Amino acid sequence: MRLLPAAPALPPRPAPGTAYAEAREVGFRYGEATVLRRIDLAVRAGELLALVGPNGSGKSTLLSLLAGDRQAGGGKVRLDGRPLSAWSAREQALRRAVLPQQLTLTFPFTVADVVRMGRAPWAGTPAEDLDEQIVTEELARTATASLTARPFPALSGGERARVGLARVLAQRTSLLLLDEPTAALDIHHAETVLSLARERAAGGDAVVIVLHDLGQAAAYADRVAVLSQGEIAACGPPAEVFTDELLSEVYQHDVEVLPHPRTGVPMVVARR
Amino acid sequence: MSAELAEVAGQAAGRVRGTIVIAGLAVALVAVALAAAGLGAYPAGPAEIAASLGHRLGLDLGALPDPLTETVLWDVRLPRVLLGLLVGSSLGVAGALMQGIFHTPLAEPGVIGISSGAALGAALSIFVGFTALGAWSVSVAAFAGGLVAVLAVYGVSRAGGRTQVITLLLSGIALNAFTGAVIGLLTYFSDNEQLRSITFWQLGSLGSATWSAVAAVAPFAIAGLLLAPRLGRPLDLLSLGERSARHLGVDVQWLRLLCVVLVALLSSAAVAVAGIITFVGLIIPHLIRMACGPYHGTLLPASALGGALMLTGGDLIARTVAAPAEVPLGVLTALVGSPFFFWLLLRTRARQGGWA
Repeated sequence: MRLLPAAPALPPRPAPGTAYAEAREVGFRYGEATVLRRIDLAVRAGELLALVGPNGSGKSTLLSLLAGDRQAGGGKVRLDGRPLSAWSAREQALRRAVLPQQLTLTFPFTVADVVRMGRAPWAGTPAEDLDEQIVTEELARTATASLTARPFPALSGGERARVGLARVLAQRTSLLLLDEPTAALDIHHAETVLSLARERAAGGDAVVIVLHDLGQAAAYADRVAVLSQGEIAACGPPAEVFTDELLSEVYQHDVEVLPHPRTGVPMVVARR
Repeated sequence: MSAELAEVAGQAAGRVRGTIVIAGLAVALVAVALAAAGLGAYPAGPAEIAASLGHRLGLDLGALPDPLTETVLWDVRLPRVLLGLLVGSSLGVAGALMQGIFHTPLAEPGVIGISSGAALGAALSIFVGFTALGAWSVSVAAFAGGLVAVLAVYGVSRAGGRTQVITLLLSGIALNAFTGAVIGLLTYFSDNEQLRSITFWQLGSLGSATWSAVAAVAPFAIAGLLLAPRLGRPLDLLSLGERSARHLGVDVQWLRLLCVVLVALLSSAAVAVAGIITFVGLIIPHLIRMACGPYHGTLLPASALGGALMLTGGDLIARTVAAPAEVPLGVLTALVGSPFFFWLLLRTRARQGGWA
């Protein structure tokens, strides 16, 4: 049966620094509108890459192309050394996990059930034995252990976001694609989520996060890719990329970048 | 509460409750089936029925019923009970599958137009006097109508290699309206005898049960029941939405195709032999979810048992409550089912603000 076919070969951990997921010359059109143009981007094992840019600049579309949700209009998307489409859905699921902007659920599964769903790709593999241990760990890590027996639809927006993250973390893939994971969260939980993503990158995984908050991107990302009108305007370490000129132009707003007085991390504020 | 406790509160507790519910349903089903087989014009007790069944299998289990009762039992009541079991379980499983793949607890074989497609097929064959297949003509036409309806709706709602749930449900509504209109026309232009035939068929009944009807619906019901447990886990994941299910390794398009074909076979076969019987596929899965949670691994087999129980019990009531007259079974299930569905809507609205 092809629904969840016999266990495929387990993917090896990528060597640190290798390009784990890549977009090469990728474009995307939505009807008449060109959403993305000739994007070249690689995310390496062990780094946290933030995608930033104004509303409608194509951040989430780029993430969905990397996830395989949409077919690129041109160019190639690769994952773990092969074209994305050469992997089956199951093989992709063993390599990358995706956190959508909004997690919806048709039926009232409990929080523990939802997080356990993250372990589905590993069913029938030796890693299945770790399922309960990993689910427990990720529930604790995302501070959702107290919610486990609650039905998911009864949770608040912030709780849903953390449970959704726990599910994605429990999938234990070498690539994490997170679409605005901090949007619904207060400062404490947002920092927790970014620290968790940071930890996974430090542990050797490749992490791509779509972020609106440039300060968060500057503080947590190894590299940032600034998208503007479907193209990458700049890509590199935040301290190099985040300049008054670039951000003011990309966001069409007068923006200034100041070093934090103690840490030196760039802080981005509107000039008022 | 710790995560270890949650394990008990979530899936495992669901499984325990599921096992209890399935066992309870099975026991109730055997009891109702025995009662349905025994009650009627020539009644037989459970011991006599067991003896008669054993006798056919070459076992001696005690005194047989008298020959006339034996004949009524085997020619009339047993095929009727079996047909009820098969049709009921087919409708129950079809409803549970549809709600899973269409992401809405309101989906039912009638919703995407299978029942009305089958009804149109039957009405057409009655109207044009299609008798090439003898006594089977109407059933085969109904079956064909149901399949065409599913394929049409499914074909319309697929765009860019994906199925849009909203389009699917809306095209089901459009198809229901269209078939309703055509059946209305056929009814209007029918002569008296055709009119009776079309109307009785639309009301839904197990009254025409024969062993060949049982044989016709059995392969579909059994195939559905055998396949369904394997669909449990992927359908659970599909509850996260198609994208997230795919991110977790489910081949979503294949899953949907398989489910739609299964639903088409199960409900067309059921409608073809028993006419239009509504609400079984809607209410039974709802009740099962309330009792043992949303896990499809439990939901699918429990819906099969529950559907069988509802139909066998309903048919027993339909033919005994006003004996010797028979209340049409489809009317009975709709009569009981629609207020129940109303209550369900209000309850859900109060609890979680509706289905949005």
